[in-house]
Amino acid sequence: MLLEVKNVSRAFGGLRAVDDVSFSVPKNSIKAIIGPNGAGKTTLFNLISGSLRPDSGRVFFNGRQIQGRPPHTIAARGVSRTFQNIKLFHNMTVLENVMVGRHTRSRSGFMAGIFNLPSCWREEREIENRSRGILDMLGVSGLAGMNAGNIAFGSQRIVEFARALALEPELLLLDEPAAGLNMHETAEIAEIIRKIREMGVTILIIEHDMSLIMDISDDIVVLSSGKMIAEGRPSDIQKNPEVIRIYLGEEDAQDQEP
Amino acid sequence: MAFEQVLQYILSGVTNGSIYAIVAIGFNIVYNTTGIINFAQGEFLMLGGMTAISLSQFMPLPLAILFAVIITSLAGAMIDFVFIRRLRNPSVLMMIIVTIGLSIVIREMALHIWDEKVRSLPYFTGSEVTSISILGAYISPQVLWVLGVCGLMVLLLGLFFRYTATGRSMRACSSNKTAAGLCGINTGNMVTISFMLSAAMGALAGCVISPITQTQYDSGTSLAIKGFTVAILGGMGNSTGAVVGGLLIGMLESFSISVLPMAYKDAISLAILILILFIRPSGLFGSREESALKEF
Amino acid sequence: MDAGRYIPVLILAAAVAAVQLFTLATGSEYYLTQLTMSAYYALVIIGLCTLMGYAGQISLGHAGFFAIGGYTVSVMTTYDFSGFSGSAVMGLLGTLGLASASGGELHLSPWVSLAAALVITVAVAFIIGIPILKLKGHYLAMASLGFGLIIYRIVLGTRIFGEADGISDVPGFAIAGGLRVSGSPELRIQNYYIAWTLVIIGTVMLINLVKSRAGRALRSIHGSEEAAMAMGVNASRYKLYVFVISAVFASLAGAFMAHLNGGIGPSEADVMKSVKYVAIVAAGGMANLWGALTMGVLLNYISLRGYLGSYDDAFFGAILIAIMLFAPEGLINPAVMKTAAVRARSLIDSIKKKTGRGGHAS
Repeated sequence: MLLEVKNVSRAFGGLRAVDDVSFSVPKNSIKAIIGPNGAGKTTLFNLISGSLRPDSGRVFFNGRQIQGRPPHTIAARGVSRTFQNIKLFHNMTVLENVMVGRHTRSRSGFMAGIFNLPSCWREEREIENRSRGILDMLGVSGLAGMNAGNIAFGSQRIVEFARALALEPELLLLDEPAAGLNMHETAEIAEIIRKIREMGVTILIIEHDMSLIMDISDDIVVLSSGKMIAEGRPSDIQKNPEVIRIYLGEEDAQDQEP
Repeated sequence: MAFEQVLQYILSGVTNGSIYAIVAIGFNIVYNTTGIINFAQGEFLMLGGMTAISLSQFMPLPLAILFAVIITSLAGAMIDFVFIRRLRNPSVLMMIIVTIGLSIVIREMALHIWDEKVRSLPYFTGSEVTSISILGAYISPQVLWVLGVCGLMVLLLGLFFRYTATGRSMRACSSNKTAAGLCGINTGNMVTISFMLSAAMGALAGCVISPITQTQYDSGTSLAIKGFTVAILGGMGNSTGAVVGGLLIGMLESFSISVLPMAYKDAISLAILILILFIRPSGLFGSREESALKEF
Repeated sequence: MDAGRYIPVLILAAAVAAVQLFTLATGSEYYLTQLTMSAYYALVIIGLCTLMGYAGQISLGHAGFFAIGGYTVSVMTTYDFSGFSGSAVMGLLGTLGLASASGGELHLSPWVSLAAALVITVAVAFIIGIPILKLKGHYLAMASLGFGLIIYRIVLGTRIFGEADGISDVPGFAIAGGLRVSGSPELRIQNYYIAWTLVIIGTVMLINLVKSRAGRALRSIHGSEEAAMAMGVNASRYKLYVFVISAVFASLAGAFMAHLNGGIGPSEADVMKSVKYVAIVAAGGMANLWGALTMGVLLNYISLRGYLGSYDDAFFGAILIAIMLFAPEGLINPAVMKTAAVRARSLIDSIKKKTGRGGHAS
């Protein structure tokens, strides 16, 4: 197992955002986390990536405990992520954004930088070449010199993918990669996700777009009010009465409103 | 330490502390509606005091104070109209810089209007030598004025926020600006009112304290720092916290003088400020979770 | 590699020499004095620019670091250490030629005091930086302001720092050969070059830093600290390092300035100084080293020449406001200057319209 989440809980004040959740993600698979808004999906991501500490429970990555460690050390172990509300570095170019993604795969420090030592030169060249290569692979090399804040929303998503991939992650956490995208762009994202999986990267994805989820994922975890209510293959999840109740229940309520 | 002496320290601590509390509440009012910490808050006290001193030469004291409060609150409104509203999607850094700039400009304007002489309002009752004895400690009647006026302001402010439509609208703004706007509250006006209110309170506090501490063009700065310390200690945006925090800092300061040289008095409260920021930035009464969610 | 980044540096060096030759030709060498002081202030400003503009961390306490540098060398070079002449440390310093006795007094070499100043600065910057940099926005601004004020109060209230009078009679700093940092008029030209050499070296170092892997990480923290950490950037460590570096720049400037002016006073630690530095970085366009350097020299020069008279502080306050209202991207940027002019005009027009209406009525 690449990632194992064991009895993880986290509360905010009185609200149990994530409540005793356990699941595991095997190498080279795509696992999806679904659930209604406020189910604790993003909190769960933050617990895995180190942005938040769990109140209890353990998280193993490659067999080693990572819960409660700072995000940068977890990233250095090979966990990369994208954000629900895209967090590019708007003060930098697209290429520089991706180059930051190479941070954990390079080592020049402050002093080497200040004195511009020859040891930096080759590393810088390699960082840049690799980053351009990734932009190229995702078909956005034309944007390299643009300011990251000035490109189209759909392109920002792809650039965020590029930045996350530059880290050469073993595990990639995708937080609603299709949110706000049109059908055409969503199809493009699905294509990119498949491509990433072929590169041998394991993926954990949060998504509301059910057709995308059913299409790409091997396995699904369903969260509701912080609790895990189901886990299984897409076809099983679609038939699971509890899941249907949550989702249809919501839709029923929406139908009755107008 | 003799009982009378302790009492003397307590009274002087409470006097300064209540002024700090007023400054802190001024910070809170603006912070709650705008998310801005108005670095020019201390300047309102100086402006109020100075204006009243000038006006008191032409008119009776109560009238001079009234006009000083009105003029200062108009200055507060102007700050919002001319500067704050013109910032386009401002970052926190920009707001900090603008209000710092404002505080400097106001201070320097005061320097050119009033020069650098130290002035003060006359004592409201009696003179500087009048004193009343409370349980053996001697205090100036002005101290009672300070305590009374500050207490009244806190009380009235509480009533204002609880029972008036404007006050309620301002509270709505502070809890969720967008939602308040959608409910038909003119959020822009609420910001103006909050600046006016904090300026008026500052001006009045500046007047009552003037006979004791005296007023100079640059006396606002250190009050602003103290007020901010108190606001942080009490939890940003929490007025009860500000009162408790103000009294605490005031006492601590007045007792510190008995052990440490006078010159370090300010350094003490600054050290406290930094300590609180390190240990518990949400303050004594603020919610830690809530302040963790705030970006600024 | 990437020699292009050094072209502006060569232009700067040429300009520095050109200015000196110009003053020589026109016999106006007295201008060099203020240009030398402006250079030292510019050193503070480029350091602060890296911290504020690139890494996005505000500091309202940099005058404090300037004062730490200046006061440390002032105290250590003027203090009579003859009371310690028997101690092993003084003996060692004496044999190394770093302490000399004259007229019954024992004085330390400026090298020792400079080293001590830098060590103290780094230590203070670490101690204060670790907790302070966990804070954001208003809290960081206030905490750094508090730090600056504490330094100010300490130098103002402590006997050894000369209280309100500051410290005077600080000797010149003989660097090597005939090179000497001092305020005497005959050394004016070499001091001008010493100061500007330091600025050029400092600028080159910071340009290198900004364009390196570490610099990218710093800028990414400014862009989004959360995303930077998710990409493996140890944000707290990077913020701390850049804070220390900028503190060292300020302290170094303070130390050299103390030798140049033959002393230091509490006004150098005043919070208003820190605010001025921030104003200048803002005017230069925040994340713009060359802008900060240009503004640093220009505005400090104007201020030091006394052109602003008693409106000096007011001028810098007004700059802060005007920059944020009309040119948040700073002045050194042609496109921005244009939009700023347009915005300023529209504001003037709207004011004219309002007052104009009143005018017609009367």
